[in-house]
Amino acid sequence: MSEATADGARRFFRRARAKSATGAEPGAGKALWQAAPMALVFFVFFLLPLAVTIIVSFWEFTQYSIEPALVFQNYTDVFSGCLEELPGLCVTLATYLSTLKFCFLVWLTTLLIGFTVAYFLAFHVRTLPVQVAFFLLCTIPFWTSIVIRMISWIPLLGRNGLVNGFLIDIGVTDTPLEWLLYSDFAVVLALTHLYALFMVVPIFNSMMRIDRSLIEAAADSGATGVQTLTSVIIPLAKPGIIIGSIFVITIVMGDFLTIGIMGGQQIASVGKTIQTQIQYLQFPIAAANAVLLLIAVTFAISALLKMVDIRREL
Amino acid sequence: MTKIRASRRGFLKGASAAGAAAAFPAPFVHAQEPVTLRYLSTAVNQSPGIAQKAGEELGINIEYIAVTTDDVARRVITQPNSFDLVDSEYFALPNLVPSGNLMGMDASRIERADDIASVITEGTVNGKEVGLQGTAPAEVFYLEGQNSQSFATEPTDWITLIPTTYNADTLGIRPDLIDKEISSWASLLDPDFAGKASILNIPSIGIMDAAMALEARGDITYGDKGNMTREEIDFTIEKLIEAKNAGQFRAFWSNFNESVNLMASGEVVIQSMWSPAVTAVRTQGVPCKYQPLQEGYRAWASGFGLPRTISDRKLDAAYEFVNWFLSGWAGAHLSRQGYYPAVLDTAKEFMEPYEWAYWYEGKEAEQDIMSPSGDLMEEAGAVRDGGSYEERMGAVACWNAVMDENQYMVRKWNEFIAA
Repeated sequence: MSEATADGARRFFRRARAKSATGAEPGAGKALWQAAPMALVFFVFFLLPLAVTIIVSFWEFTQYSIEPALVFQNYTDVFSGCLEELPGLCVTLATYLSTLKFCFLVWLTTLLIGFTVAYFLAFHVRTLPVQVAFFLLCTIPFWTSIVIRMISWIPLLGRNGLVNGFLIDIGVTDTPLEWLLYSDFAVVLALTHLYALFMVVPIFNSMMRIDRSLIEAAADSGATGVQTLTSVIIPLAKPGIIIGSIFVITIVMGDFLTIGIMGGQQIASVGKTIQTQIQYLQFPIAAANAVLLLIAVTFAISALLKMVDIRREL
Repeated sequence: MTKIRASRRGFLKGASAAGAAAAFPAPFVHAQEPVTLRYLSTAVNQSPGIAQKAGEELGINIEYIAVTTDDVARRVITQPNSFDLVDSEYFALPNLVPSGNLMGMDASRIERADDIASVITEGTVNGKEVGLQGTAPAEVFYLEGQNSQSFATEPTDWITLIPTTYNADTLGIRPDLIDKEISSWASLLDPDFAGKASILNIPSIGIMDAAMALEARGDITYGDKGNMTREEIDFTIEKLIEAKNAGQFRAFWSNFNESVNLMASGEVVIQSMWSPAVTAVRTQGVPCKYQPLQEGYRAWASGFGLPRTISDRKLDAAYEFVNWFLSGWAGAHLSRQGYYPAVLDTAKEFMEPYEWAYWYEGKEAEQDIMSPSGDLMEEAGAVRDGGSYEERMGAVACWNAVMDENQYMVRKWNEFIAA
C-alpha cells in the first residue's frame, strides 16, 4: 500500500516537473513546494500513526509483549460471538449500537438548539455589534475546560442534588428521581451542552451568507414564515448544518470521557473499550477496534458529504 | 557491613559540606550537581512531604511522575527509560519481570532488608499465615538473579520490589444511611442496596471484589480468586451482569476522587473503597466506615523497583533514597495516612506513642489524631476501623492479582460494562 502511494507520488511529481519544464503551468512546481510543509505535517502526524495502527492491529500480543505478525485473531476476537448469539447482539455490536444511539440523539438535540440559536442571531438580532456580543455570550461556557463543564452537572442532577431538591420542594415527586444522573439522559444532556456550539457556529456562518433579498422576495411572493424557512433558509443553511453534524457525530463516536462520567461508567462506548484494552497493554486488539471505529466514522462522514458539496460551499 | 555503609554516607555528607565551603574561596573546585530521581507511581503514593524531607536530608531531588495504577505498568513495559525509580504494585510483577525492564534490588545494599514486614516477605503476621490467593507479594518477592526474568521460590539476594506501602482493603459504607449490620462481602450484592452500590471499574481489582461477594453469598467457591479459570470468570461475569441488569449498581468508579464523590454525595452507600478515600469522605464531615468483614480483606502492596538502565550516581542515589525511606520518617508519615510501611520498628520511633497505639494497636486515640498535613483526622476516643495491624493484616484473604487468563478476563469485563 505504501509502495502504491510512493509510486503515485513519483508519477505526480514527474508530471508536475514535465509540465513546469514545458512551461504549460509555470506555477505547478512552486505550488508543490508550497504544499509540502502541510503535506509533511499530515504525513508525520496523520498518515504515519494511522499506518502504524493498522499494522499493529494484525500483530500478536501477550500480557507483556507485542510480536510482529500477520494474524486476523484481533479482528475475530472483536467480533467473537457475533454469529453465535444471533438474533441477540454481541458485545461489539451492542457497543456500537449504543454509541450510534447517542450520536443520533445528540445530533438531534444539538441541531434543534444550534439551528434555533443561529436563526435568532442571524435574523432577529439586527445590528452587527449586538450580534457579535451575543455570539461571544454563546462562547463563554467554552472558556472553562470540558471536564469542569461536565462534572458541574453532577451536583445538580444527583440524588441529593439541586434539581431533585427543587422537584421535591414543589411537590412534583416525593422520592428523588434516579434517572437524572448516571443514565442515558445524563449522557445526552452533557454531550448536548458540550457540543451545541459546534452546531451553532457553522449554521450561523451559513445563515449570515444568505442574501436578505431572497427572504424579501419570498415574502413578496406570498410565502408564509414556515414556507420561507423550509424552502429558502433551510436549503441555503444546509452546508452549515452538514458541517456542524460532522463535528458532532465524529466527536460523539469517539467520546468515552463524557459517556463514562455521566453514565457512571455503566454505559459502554467504543472509546472506553479501546481505553481499557490499552491499559492492559492489549495494543493490537485496541488497534483493531480503532481501525473499525475509523471505518465506521468514515462511512458516516462520506454519507453526510454526499448530501452537500462542501468544496463549492466553502 | 551496615556500619561501614552508614559511616560512608556520613563521610560523604561531611565531604560535600566541606566541598561546598571550599567552593567559595576557590571557585575552581568542582561541586557536583544534586542527583534528580524521577519517581514513577500513582498519585496516591506521592507525598510532597516525603520528597521535601528527602531533599533536605539527602540532597536528592525527587521528581514525581504521577500516573494511574495501570499506567505504571504500561510505562515500565513501554518506556523503561522514562524514570529512575518506580513504585509499582506487586501484582503487576508477573507482567513486569518477564519484560526484563526491571532489575533485582541488591539485598546487601538495603540496610533493613531483614526487617521488612513478614506479611510481605513470607505471607505471615506474627507467625500466622494469611490468605495467599492472588498475586501475594511473598510469591514474587525474590528473583533468581539480578537480571533474571523469573521468580525464585527460595529467598535470594535479589529483591523484586522493596515495599513502600501496603494495606488491607474492604468495603466502605455510610453508617448513617444503612440501618442494618454489615458483616459480609455479600452485602455488596444485597438487593436492599439496589441502586446504591458501586464497584471499581479496574477489571483486575473489580472482579476480585465481585468474587469476594459471590463466594460470601455462597454462589461459588473459587480455586483461587486471584487466578480464575475461564469457567470461573464466565460465572462471575454472568452474575455481575445479572446484578447490573437488576439495577444493583449506581455507578462504577475508576479513580480515587470518583469513589470519594460517590460516597460523600450519598449516591452510593456501600462500595469497594481504598483506605485514604474513606478518610477523605470523613474529612468532609460525612460519616463513612471502613467496615471489617468476616471473609477478610483484599490486600495490596506496592514497592520500589529499579529500571534495568539505571547506573552510577543515580543508582547510588536510588539505594540511598530507599534506605532513607525505610529508616522511619517516611514510614511514620505514611502510617499517619492509614497505610502500613515496610519496616514497622523504625516507623514507630518517629511516631508518638498515642499515634502508634491508634494506628497499630487498635486502641482508642488518647489525643486528637492529625494527618501529616496537620488536619484533624479523628477526635480523641476514636478507634481505627478494623482494629490493630494484626487484626487487619492477619485477616487478609487474598491479594490484588493479574490472572493467567487476564486477556480473557478483560474481554469478559468489557461485556459486563456493555451489558
